[in-house]
Amino acid sequence: MDTFRDKLIPVTSILLGVVVLWYIFAVILNAPFQRDLDRRANETSTFSELIGKTLSQPKPTLPAPHQVAVNFFENTFLRPITSNRSLVYNAWVTLSSTLLGFAFGTALGIIIAVGIVHVATLDRSLMPWIIASQTIPILAVAPMIIVVLGAIGISGLIPKAMISTYLSFFPVTVGMVKGLRSPELMHLDLMHTYNASVSQTFWKLRVPASVPFLFTSMKVAVAASLVGAIVGELPTGAVAGIGAKLLAGAYYSQSIDIWSALVAGSVVAALLVMVVGIAGRLVDRAMGGRPA
Amino acid sequence: MNWLKPSWQALLAIVLCLIAAGLGAMSTPEAAALADPTASYDYPYFGLKTPMIGLAILAGLISMTRISALAEAVVLFIGAHLVAWMLISGITGFEGTALAPYFLLLAAAWLLAWRCVAVLSGLRPMASGARMALRLIIPAIFGAWILIIWEAVTRGAGVPFILLPPPSAIGARIASSLPVLGADVRQTIFKAVIFGYVVGSGAGFLVAIAADRVPFLRRGLLPIGNMVSALPIIGVAPIMVMWFGFDWPSKAAVVIIMTFFPMLVNTVAGLAASGHMERDLMRTYASGYWPTLLKLRLPAAAPFIFNALKINSTLAMIGAIVAEFFGTPVVGMGFRISTEVGRMNIDMVWAEIAVAALAGSVFYGVVALIERAVTFWHPSVRGG
Repeated sequence: MDTFRDKLIPVTSILLGVVVLWYIFAVILNAPFQRDLDRRANETSTFSELIGKTLSQPKPTLPAPHQVAVNFFENTFLRPITSNRSLVYNAWVTLSSTLLGFAFGTALGIIIAVGIVHVATLDRSLMPWIIASQTIPILAVAPMIIVVLGAIGISGLIPKAMISTYLSFFPVTVGMVKGLRSPELMHLDLMHTYNASVSQTFWKLRVPASVPFLFTSMKVAVAASLVGAIVGELPTGAVAGIGAKLLAGAYYSQSIDIWSALVAGSVVAALLVMVVGIAGRLVDRAMGGRPA
Repeated sequence: MNWLKPSWQALLAIVLCLIAAGLGAMSTPEAAALADPTASYDYPYFGLKTPMIGLAILAGLISMTRISALAEAVVLFIGAHLVAWMLISGITGFEGTALAPYFLLLAAAWLLAWRCVAVLSGLRPMASGARMALRLIIPAIFGAWILIIWEAVTRGAGVPFILLPPPSAIGARIASSLPVLGADVRQTIFKAVIFGYVVGSGAGFLVAIAADRVPFLRRGLLPIGNMVSALPIIGVAPIMVMWFGFDWPSKAAVVIIMTFFPMLVNTVAGLAASGHMERDLMRTYASGYWPTLLKLRLPAAAPFIFNALKINSTLAMIGAIVAEFFGTPVVGMGFRISTEVGRMNIDMVWAEIAVAALAGSVFYGVVALIERAVTFWHPSVRGG
């Protein structure tokens, strides 16, 4: 009941407000072009007719929510999945490179974090660069990776996945370093008194302590990975994928297509983050965590 | 043997040097010269090979004697970098001819440098100035070695230029096209990024204050803001290009949207950060909402706000550059990257990326410096 009053009502009312604003802006932004059309057709439309027309243009400046919803529904559920106009197909193309890159990135991030925690030299020399590399617009490298790898004959899934790997390993490294260092001195001392070896301390104390950190950073990483996959699709000349749909929509001014591709990307992102969150909670429960 | 303290890096480096000496020719021209002593061939490292290998072995041996850690680090530093410099400068004119000993010697020099960094990481100087210097020197050596290995491998193995140009070529390209790079920086950073960053962060901040004043708004906005931060917002770029045209306002709009939500979420979290005791104290002073906000809650929120500003500095750069992939006038960093990639001028792309990296780091650095000045009271700044 409390969540209903404290969360659901405010969120839905704000979302409703957004939709209302969206409709108002759709009318305002599309009206000049519609008046222009009317003048050319020598029509005079009443105010309500004008509103109706602005909300049903084929290539509106700002498509109305229902237009996006209809387009999204058609392209998701009514088209065969194999059609390259199907959003499911395009989302799958993006999702596959996202997941591949995310898997690589997480593995790489964990390995680097383990190295940093255990080798002092790496900690002192590599860690500052990892933090500095966060300040660099990594995505700028994306087109070059795609084109250069394409030039030596590697194309398709791998280059896009590499960009996703690149984007997703930073959060995991930083999170895991924090997580593997999170056991308190007391616990480490206890392991000492047990005469535990480094590997025993690692597996029995550091790894369990780092799990919550791992899943938190994996949520960030999976979202970054999706962004990487979408941007990675831009320079390939729009073959398939959500990024390709965005680019094709931009070329042909199909604004409704752009918006529904955006919605598809958002749905994929929300699902990915949710899946990682659920996996985190399951692992936590399997390890005997109690809800705080 | 107690005058010797072996380290695996130095031992391995010496072994690699000995193997390199045993294998003989460093490059294909030298191999040809050895095979045919009567003909005169021009080959790299004429008379330099023995000094190079000797130097590496000597540095490795000295480093393992019982000398002070600082002396050991200095010997290793000089040995490793002298060998690397001789290797790289010697290959000039003979790119792509290197044989196995070249790479073995490079690996040996790298191991010596690693040992040097390991020795330096073990130092625990008392003076804070020396500690600070070490904090800079250790990553600097690491970064330098990435460049050295990149340079030595691309030139030694003759990696095709369009695949990966050596750093020296990229540096030359930066030096020769400064006006173009300058124009791109002006278009992308001084117009789109700065404007979008200021407006986006400012709007996020103001909405956060409003959300703080109205609990209903906060409860509604926070879950939405948290969710939006996971979405690929960068996808609005084509829409903004359609709305605001090809020039910088469309990029600034993307930056505004990308920077708004991190600022909102972090500021709202920060405003809740001040403790109950402090707030109660303010109440006993009979201070109203606004004095409490200005004197207690905003300063307490400063670390969170600066965290958002730091996140936003990176997001703003990414947003502006990627938005330029969707259409731009013939200037701008994203435009330059995408067109020069198409023309296979990979060195220009790298030059642009280097400039973007530098600009991103400077941007971040400036925000971090302001943070240190503003939140001087915070434990993470004070306790350094």
